[in-house]
Amino acid sequence: MMRFILPFVVFMIMAAFMYVGLGLNPREVPSPLVGKAAPAFTLPQLHEPSKQFSPQDMKGKVWLFNVWASWCTACEGEHPLFMELSRKNIVPIYGMDYKDKRENGEAWLRKHGNPYTLVVSDIEGRVGIDYGVYGVPETYLIDKQGIIRHKQIGAVTPEILDETILPLIKELQAK
Amino acid sequence: MIPEIGHFALIVALFLVICLGTLPIIGAARNNAVLMGTTRSLAYGQFVFSTIAFACLTYAFIVNDFSVLYVAQHSNSQLPVVYRVAAVWGGHEGSLLLWVFLLSAWILAVAVYSRHLPEEMVARVLGVMGLIAVGFLLFMLLTSDPFERLLPAAADGRDLNPLLQDPGLVIHPPMLYMGYVGFSVAFAFAIAALLGGRLDATWARWSRPWTTVAWVFMTGGIAIGSWWAYYELGWGGWWFWDPVENASFMPWLIGTALIHSLAVTEKRGAFKSWTVLLAIAAFSLSLMGTFLVRSGVLTSVHSFAADPKRGIFILSFLVIVIGVSLLLFAWRAPKIGLGGKFDLLSRESLLLSNNVLLSVAAASVFIGTLYPLFMDALGQGKLSVGPPYFEAVFVPLMVPMVLMMGLGPLARWKKFTVPELVKRVRWAFASALLIALLLPLTMGKWTAMIALGLLLAFWIVASVLLSLRERLAGHGNLMQRVRGQSLSYYGMQFAHLGVALFIIGVTLVNGYETERDVRMDVGDTVQAGGYEFRFNGVTETQGANYIAAQGRVSVSKNGKPVTELFPEKRQYNVSGMPMTEAAIDTGWLGDLYVSLGEPIPNSNGAWAVRVYIKPFVDWIWAGCLLMALGGVLAISDRRYRIHRETKARNRGMENKSGTGNLLAAEGKQS
Repeated sequence: MMRFILPFVVFMIMAAFMYVGLGLNPREVPSPLVGKAAPAFTLPQLHEPSKQFSPQDMKGKVWLFNVWASWCTACEGEHPLFMELSRKNIVPIYGMDYKDKRENGEAWLRKHGNPYTLVVSDIEGRVGIDYGVYGVPETYLIDKQGIIRHKQIGAVTPEILDETILPLIKELQAK
Repeated sequence: MIPEIGHFALIVALFLVICLGTLPIIGAARNNAVLMGTTRSLAYGQFVFSTIAFACLTYAFIVNDFSVLYVAQHSNSQLPVVYRVAAVWGGHEGSLLLWVFLLSAWILAVAVYSRHLPEEMVARVLGVMGLIAVGFLLFMLLTSDPFERLLPAAADGRDLNPLLQDPGLVIHPPMLYMGYVGFSVAFAFAIAALLGGRLDATWARWSRPWTTVAWVFMTGGIAIGSWWAYYELGWGGWWFWDPVENASFMPWLIGTALIHSLAVTEKRGAFKSWTVLLAIAAFSLSLMGTFLVRSGVLTSVHSFAADPKRGIFILSFLVIVIGVSLLLFAWRAPKIGLGGKFDLLSRESLLLSNNVLLSVAAASVFIGTLYPLFMDALGQGKLSVGPPYFEAVFVPLMVPMVLMMGLGPLARWKKFTVPELVKRVRWAFASALLIALLLPLTMGKWTAMIALGLLLAFWIVASVLLSLRERLAGHGNLMQRVRGQSLSYYGMQFAHLGVALFIIGVTLVNGYETERDVRMDVGDTVQAGGYEFRFNGVTETQGANYIAAQGRVSVSKNGKPVTELFPEKRQYNVSGMPMTEAAIDTGWLGDLYVSLGEPIPNSNGAWAVRVYIKPFVDWIWAGCLLMALGGVLAISDRRYRIHRETKARNRGMENKSGTGNLLAAEGKQS
């Protein structure tokens, strides 16, 4: 008799784990990229495709690299935070328009405001692959040496910004 | 108006399946013919209303009704019609609706093709499926209504995720879902049998074809997904052990075990409780797959909707469905009895070992997929498990499994002796071993892994040939003997050959692939896999609805021209979206794959070019196709048609020929 009840017991234990798992934040996946140099790329700029941008241009500065797209719903949620951040002029924010049509990206920025110092467009998502982009949005904090110090999968929330990202920016800028 | 009709149809469907989930089951328990008599009408009715709901959402997509929130989020007026239809299942709500619609279609199919079954069995099976539908419809109506309005309506939609705009992804999800949902039939049969206390060969015989159909869809669905990843993602890989891939792979593994276990239960009456457990497990894993994908518990490229509230609902649903059926199993299974006896050395025990290996493989995939979640739940921090784990665990499990797979069809039921079997297979095994050892030498590189992979593949081929020889040997008309074998026998051999092709593909592409990412100026050449690729520059060409930068790459081998490839970088006129069209020269012996990266700035027409040589890669999908074909042959076996033909005869329909044969065949089968 015991052996027949065993599948039930095993399943209930698994279900308990899953219940606990639901309360956890799946976005906090450790990224192998944190602590490593930001992958190099050269991409055309969104507004002036003839001009290029590459993370090497940012050596010596602490900066945020935000991956977004006009088709991304969650990006609209975090966007006001970046607008605010850019008004305060704390840190330069660079954007990457991911798998998007150029004109849609431009229109989206016209509509919602443009907090970015500069936006590059990764139309095919190749650079996204290098950065291990799970989904949009994602945000990277990169230090003066070009090392990724923080990776935010999913939308940045006010708590994450205040408790994690901003203190880290101050710390890195002081170095 | 139309979306409201769809919403209303869902509510009606919910009421119908609530009736379907209760009345027939009560009727079967009380032996009440009136209650059981409602079964089929309810089954037809719920299908009608699910179809109306699905049609309404499809219609909203086709006419670009952006006042529907889900449409506004997942479509755009410029999206081609075919993708607008596919966008129906491009997000969470629509995927659920597709699931419900397919479930209602399976319910309909069971209702239509179960006329030869006892009424109470039909009542229980459809009742259980009705209960499953209740769960999904409630889930959809309470947490994920696809017909929710957006007021004021959006001027235009946000467009379908660009990743999903591909022909491969138009058919991949429905096929996979057909498989997922199809396992609900085997599940319902198992639960019905447990409820009725009737677990025997007849039960196995009824649920077998349904299980096989679901398995065929699943095989096809997984293969298409893998193929899409290969040609579209451009990484040249075909399987990534992504949590969502694993979520479909686990039920497939258990489903494969279930098919084999059902065969033993039907033929020998053995493994009954094990078969029931597999049937429950296969569908449970399908539900779990939904949970994993839709709840956002695991981060994956596939989970477009991550919402804990929905997660709680799915988890509760899972606990009710799986928990109750496992309790039912614990209560009823001890009374099932063991069935036919067999020796330690017998076809039964070989099949049982294979079943255990498949289940262990599924369990190891399960652990690898959920390990990060478990560790996290225990407060051990976040971590991820990658392909190294899966490959390290999976390969050692598959080696004994494939070796036994060759023996299984050759071994006798009940009891075989080792010397007798060894004597029969020794030449087959020796020739497989010889080929496996020598073939890699002719291909320029010998490694133990390649030899092992080839040994497994050729062992399957040799054992299939041996089995055919033994079956078809003898005097007289060969064609008659070929026709004398049942279609399910050929189905099995086809499926096994499919596994062999698959292994050859995997072994050779892993062993001999070459990948080059290079900068090429006009006139540059690059060597890869014995081929010489010469980049002849890029010209602008005009396509039907795009302009393209078309590269010309001529391929030669030993100075002789082989082919010319034209990879393109397209700019579509309407959408303005650039697309990379890789040029793939598909051949029996492998693919030559060239794609254009980006033009190199400040150069004289130089481009970043990817050159991949993928030997035998298409054999992977050809193998899957053959497996699925084997399944189709197995369900075409005429013993599954006999009942209907007998029924037709009883109804007094004309039956010109074959009556005697049919009766004889029926006698032979039972």
